[in-house]
Amino acid sequence: MIHVNVKGQADTFQTEIAFDSGGPVTAVFGPSGCGKTTLIRMICGLHAPENGRIAIGNTVLFDSVAGVNLPAHKRDLGVVFQEARLFPHMNVASNLRYGVWAGGRKGSLSFAHVVELLGLAPLLKRRTANLSGGEKQRVAIGRALLAGPKLLIMDEPLASLDAARKAEILPFLLALKERIGIPMLYVSHALGEIEQIADDMVILNAGKVTAAGPVAELVNRLDVPGLSEGPDAGSLVLGLVVKHDAEWGVTHVAVEGQELLVPLSRAVVQSQVRLHIRAKDVILARQRPVGISLRNVVGATVERLSAPSGPFVEVLCRVGAQFIRARITRLAAADLQLKEGMPLYLLVKSVALDQPLPAVAD
Amino acid sequence: MTDVLSNAEWSALVLSLQVAGTAMAFGVPLAVFLAYALSRWNFPGKLILNVLIYLPLVLPPVVTGYVLLLGFGRTGPLGQFFSESLGVGFAFQWTGAALAAGVMAFPLLLRPIKLAFDAADPLLEEAARSLGTSRLKTFAIVTLPLALPGILGGTILGFAKAMGEFGATITFVSNIPGETRTLSLALYTELQSVDGDAAVLRLAAISLLISFVALGLSELLARSIEARVRGRA
Repeated sequence: MIHVNVKGQADTFQTEIAFDSGGPVTAVFGPSGCGKTTLIRMICGLHAPENGRIAIGNTVLFDSVAGVNLPAHKRDLGVVFQEARLFPHMNVASNLRYGVWAGGRKGSLSFAHVVELLGLAPLLKRRTANLSGGEKQRVAIGRALLAGPKLLIMDEPLASLDAARKAEILPFLLALKERIGIPMLYVSHALGEIEQIADDMVILNAGKVTAAGPVAELVNRLDVPGLSEGPDAGSLVLGLVVKHDAEWGVTHVAVEGQELLVPLSRAVVQSQVRLHIRAKDVILARQRPVGISLRNVVGATVERLSAPSGPFVEVLCRVGAQFIRARITRLAAADLQLKEGMPLYLLVKSVALDQPLPAVAD
Repeated sequence: MTDVLSNAEWSALVLSLQVAGTAMAFGVPLAVFLAYALSRWNFPGKLILNVLIYLPLVLPPVVTGYVLLLGFGRTGPLGQFFSESLGVGFAFQWTGAALAAGVMAFPLLLRPIKLAFDAADPLLEEAARSLGTSRLKTFAIVTLPLALPGILGGTILGFAKAMGEFGATITFVSNIPGETRTLSLALYTELQSVDGDAAVLRLAAISLLISFVALGLSELLARSIEARVRGRA
């Protein structure tokens, strides 16, 4: 679906980026200054690669051999930038329709549908300066969608928002993914976001692709530079919402026949949710502990240990058909005499689990 | 007005409006283009261009007028070019006064426009292009409207400056009644005559009024458009 194989100059370094991705949502992950923005600008036609090829489906956007370099306005993309970049001299409705009235684009989505999907109805007549950060970003997403893009590119769409606004926007993004068949390229340095929304992932470091593949696989690898050792590194675990317990403020999620308690969520009962469990939030125990505040005790077996280096060991544990990673000190690993195949218990504090988001916004 | 002003004064006022209007008609498009180029592009000679544009601001107006005389006079290279290819002469004609006024007013005209382009976020242009508008169309429907307060402000300021231009005008095209005797030159002429006190007062009052109205108007316009392009009103 997305084919990229380019070389080019970023601000201060040389990039050499190649990947193919078919997922409905492909994430580009990496620290700031790794070449994410340069990659996006190359795809958008705002920065010319020195050579290579970029194609979306059957449309070639850039091909140095064939001499193709479509100008930015003819690439049929929809871009949501980190700062919403709304046109301040137009109201919300004119901004939303810009791609149609100014760009001559024709989208497959109706105006009413997008307005409904993103909850924009009360904003249509407003001026842009009076919008909150989250509202601006929703308008920017709507504007990109209504331009009828072949690919929706989101360049750190949540990075400039505070935690509450992030939580406000993320369900809209998930709804977008569920209800609209437009492929997405989602650029972020926040692994939690990526695990919630993306299917495939491309990891960039210093202008080069260090790994690419399905998100669930990549996050469980212990050897991906820039990902495995990061502070947010952890597992993507799929669970089924069993029930909500409003009295105690928790939601029960079934994972491989065992149950995890997470902070109360709005996810629909019996719907699938994605849990991001950070490796540093997981404690390993040989016996099931008693007399402890902790609720989440998951039986598992050790699948793999990372090569010892530094103070920590990464431990990949199998839970049924899925995996949960733990990051413990090398000292603790030696004490526990951890070996591959050894059964043990994973302890995860409920408060350390991000609230699982509804797969579809209600 | 005709009974308040003498015929000569009336003709000086009309001539000033004509001169300043012409100067702006040609100066504004050029200023918009140069301001955009200076704000957005890097090109060789940018520094020189900048210096040339602002030079009339610091150069003695007599020198500017003299340079115009050398360049655009009957025997000057540019003067010959314009009269032969376009049939437009400048020497000792009101067109020359318009040229002198335009050159002298250009820095004042350009600066607010350049500042407005500086303030109009280039990132918005990228967003517009990603939504399907070409560079030119993006300029017309995103950048230009955003720079409008600066363009109007610059135009009014430049117009007022062109109305009152004196030194370069008198050096370049002399002081010919009905042809190059603008408001300031008429005022200067009356100052030289023995019984010109009342006329001087009238002409000074008109100049003051024009400048006052122009500045007030530009301020008001700038404020209302500013609010609009910032997305506040």
